[in-house]
Amino acid sequence: MPNGAQAVLDVQGLTTVFKTRGGEVHAVNDVSFDLKAGELLGVVGESGSGKSVTMMSLLGLLPSPPADVRAGTVTFEGQNLLNVSDDDLRRVRGGRIGFVFQDPMTSLNPVFTVGYQIMEPLRTHMGLTKQAARARAQELLELVGIPGAAQRLSDYPHQFSGGMRQRVMIAIALACDPKVLIADEPTTALDVTIQAQIIELMKELRDKLGMAVIWITHDLGVIAGIADRVMVMYGGQVVEQAPVKELFQNPQHPYTRALLTTIPKISEERARRLTIIEGQPPILSAAPTACSFRDRCDVAQPRCAQANPPRYDFGAGHDAACFVAKDAHDAG
Amino acid sequence: MMLDDNSPLVRIRDLQMHFPIYSGLFRRQTGAVKAVDGVSFDIQRGETLGLVGESGCGKSTCGRAVLRLYDITGGSVEIDGVEISQTSQSDLRAMRPTMQMVFQDPQASLNPRMTVEAIIREPLDEHTSMSRDEKAAKVAELMDAVGLNRAFAKRYPHAFSGGQRQRIGIARALALNPKFIVCDEPIAALDVSIQAQVVNLLEDLQEQFGLTYLFISHDLSMVRHIANRIAVMYLGKVVELAPRGPLYDVPLHPYTRALLSAVPEPDPSKAQTRQRVVLQGDVPSPANPPQGCNFCTRCPAVMDVCKRIDPTFQEVEPGRFVACHLYENHASETEKAEAHANQQGS
Repeated sequence: MPNGAQAVLDVQGLTTVFKTRGGEVHAVNDVSFDLKAGELLGVVGESGSGKSVTMMSLLGLLPSPPADVRAGTVTFEGQNLLNVSDDDLRRVRGGRIGFVFQDPMTSLNPVFTVGYQIMEPLRTHMGLTKQAARARAQELLELVGIPGAAQRLSDYPHQFSGGMRQRVMIAIALACDPKVLIADEPTTALDVTIQAQIIELMKELRDKLGMAVIWITHDLGVIAGIADRVMVMYGGQVVEQAPVKELFQNPQHPYTRALLTTIPKISEERARRLTIIEGQPPILSAAPTACSFRDRCDVAQPRCAQANPPRYDFGAGHDAACFVAKDAHDAG
Repeated sequence: MMLDDNSPLVRIRDLQMHFPIYSGLFRRQTGAVKAVDGVSFDIQRGETLGLVGESGCGKSTCGRAVLRLYDITGGSVEIDGVEISQTSQSDLRAMRPTMQMVFQDPQASLNPRMTVEAIIREPLDEHTSMSRDEKAAKVAELMDAVGLNRAFAKRYPHAFSGGQRQRIGIARALALNPKFIVCDEPIAALDVSIQAQVVNLLEDLQEQFGLTYLFISHDLSMVRHIANRIAVMYLGKVVELAPRGPLYDVPLHPYTRALLSAVPEPDPSKAQTRQRVVLQGDVPSPANPPQGCNFCTRCPAVMDVCKRIDPTFQEVEPGRFVACHLYENHASETEKAEAHANQQGS
């Protein structure tokens, strides 16, 4: 399905730096990726790996200062989102690109009814009348599986449970028929049984509405069940990118490999000890001049400290930023 | 595997922890949140009992109640042969050295104005009469045991990463050579690559010091790794308690089954073929639990009797406890067969 399809979103060389009192923090370094129509792209990484900042940079959601989007292009519907005016960007956000945040407790406004909050983008972006917006809001609540939608429109967020609130957030993001939906850890704050409900819902909606989705998470289990393609981030860079099956069966980057072995699996033979990744994630005080994983890497070589490896192509849509993996691949 | 020769270290019977709800003009008590409502289990010496459940099911409250951090509503708590359910907080203080706790959020559970050394030394100051040098030596020893560099003893918690802070919390819990440690979601706030480090540390320390853990977590894959036996909680009650192998291979309670099937599998080929039981709806409020079985509002195998009678928590196979009418005699065999079928089909 996603193969050969046209890219709806194309990001090249995105670089974001935060200026703080303690110096600069290079949160996103030369990140490039594209998103094809109807595709679900999973973005995995630990906290501080730059996955959320990447998505917020491309939508201009970061306050500046301290954030400074230094370089890059973000092509969406023929325009570079990094160059358009704030007004134009506002038309894109919540309209053609929807956003679902991690914490449904804090991203809904507690003093407005849920109905008002779903109708807001409909009225601003699509210019619907109050009646039309209300009808559409009800339709949306039904779409995301909230029972008694008509009555619940006039309820306030505190009257909903966590899973229900996340459904409301999804309804808001879907309100204007977005082409792209960016979901930032949409199930992290939820329990596993509720997470399973939301994942099923997202799969169903993706098939029904045919939008492209970027799903940010730190949970490889979630990614395995839902993504078409996966991008692994570490230290503000993309270290590996591959179709989902390929990534899990044939990981190339040592970080991805370590990440896959470090999590215990529920259905596999129980290991006596968990494999660990020694050390701590890097501190991003300067633009990387060497591989940022080298200190924790078990196959690191002297050259890893001398240059930052580029993303080498491994064929079949698979690339990874590692000298050692590249050599091993070339040697067959 | 376990030492069978002696009694369990921890023995909990019918533990209840209700939090009163006050309302109205005169703040009269109008109800209670039944956070823990009749929980019974044993923990053998040297064993890790995993306590799993979703948020709000009462697992943390249960862990705290076991250590008597609350004045419990009812039931009996026996630790190392001593009944502590009615002991006053001041008398409990003398018993604290045997039982310690590791908290979920290392950021919030360490005083930001104390150095690491002072944090780890505090229990020694409170409970021992060691000299200053002895304490310093003990602190250094503890820092070694949990893998913290001794040179950092004078630093403050903010200078450490999340995983290292959790190590400080663990060192503090170990300071008084406890027998029993309640670990309340010790890895939930950590990144995956750091989680494995802390879990391995907890296992090493258990082996080294012969510790007994109550490991509270919502991460079922991690609990499977660390626990010998697992108790599954739902809405204030333990619904199933079994050794690790049988529980994960053949879960008996419909809730356990749904919970296990909801865990995302980090393997795309398996994830796409797996049969999922997706539960409908949300957990009811513990202030107003449903009639009959607490799980009857969401259960795929619900029968009539479930809505009337609360199932008893009983041993159905040696070492396996479950609270479900599918394993009791209130319902007829045909009803049970039908319920089983519903469950498979869902």
